[in-house]
Amino acid sequence: MTTCTECGADVALHDDAEAGEIVDCTTCGAELEVIDVSPPVLEKAPELEEDWGE
Amino acid sequence: MDEVNVGVLYSRIRTDEKLLLSELRDRGHDVTKIDVRKQTFDLTEAPEAFDGLDLVVDRCMATSRSLYATKFCEQYGVPVVNSAATAETCADKVENSLALAAAGVPTPTTKTAFTTDAAMEIIEEFGYPCVLKPVMGSWGRLMAKIDSKSAAEAILEHKATLGHYEHKVFYVQEFVEKPGRDVRVLAVDGEPVAAMARSGDHWLTNAAKGADTEPFELDDEAKELVEMASDAVGGGLLGVDLMETDGDQTDWNYTVHEVNHTVEFKALNEAVDVDVPAKVVDWLEAKADAYATEDDADAEEAVAEVSD
Repeated sequence: MTTCTECGADVALHDDAEAGEIVDCTTCGAELEVIDVSPPVLEKAPELEEDWGE
Repeated sequence: MDEVNVGVLYSRIRTDEKLLLSELRDRGHDVTKIDVRKQTFDLTEAPEAFDGLDLVVDRCMATSRSLYATKFCEQYGVPVVNSAATAETCADKVENSLALAAAGVPTPTTKTAFTTDAAMEIIEEFGYPCVLKPVMGSWGRLMAKIDSKSAAEAILEHKATLGHYEHKVFYVQEFVEKPGRDVRVLAVDGEPVAAMARSGDHWLTNAAKGADTEPFELDDEAKELVEMASDAVGGGLLGVDLMETDGDQTDWNYTVHEVNHTVEFKALNEAVDVDVPAKVVDWLEAKADAYATEDDADAEEAVAEVSD
């Protein structure tokens, strides 16, 4: 369990969470990037960039 | 299959990457996740994170990073899929179209101009509707279906005034009357892994735009085109996008509108019965094996040269 960097609410990560993955805060809806899983560290996810895609 | 040390270049782990990581780990391969945002790239010496890698898979979601990171891999002599050349061709719609046309792959009629006046000439020549696309971009973003001259004038003015310089390269394409769907094929070196039809009410039928998906059975012609399109851009793990046509303009019943080089496959994996990540990893294993064999051959050749 860790906390949302935007609203401070508790955020639980799935067991298979990966660094680099994006999770949503169920309280405020912020997109958060998993920086580390052990211990869990979250940061506000980067904004969408124009060159993102496939 | 021997254990392979696979490096995965990324800047975001999407479901696609999770599927890939999981499949690689389940098979006992060493996986080195390389967040390209944390790396610095020397001109000749590879970052420590690349030590001991047998193969690197480029899964960078940011095209600019993908383009450079793959070039650095090749500079360091680290095998990378897809290649920098494939990334370069697929990342830019002009390059993509040029490659397809040069290889004789049917592709929508496309013209490019560098000024709004010249772009307007093309649009008027094509008639309405026609399509204006950014040369770099994905997920159907910033695509414009132009229905009238006044809309064309407005969009061109906006692009010329507000856009990055790349938006001043005006890539105009005929509007293809597709049957409410297009086809996404995931292929490895031209061999289809699985295909799905993407349909919806909107003229854009990208999965990222919420299109409905269902399995699509490729006929021989589609398979041939996938192989041709893959070869045209240099091969690799690719997403080949086709539209069905009535065949009245060419001898083909499909037209290939683009090939994607960091292809997403989550939607495809959900739509078809094929285990897509497993097939992709089968291919990665074969690539790693081929590179290793190539290295051995090179080494043997080098030894032979020294002996001579």
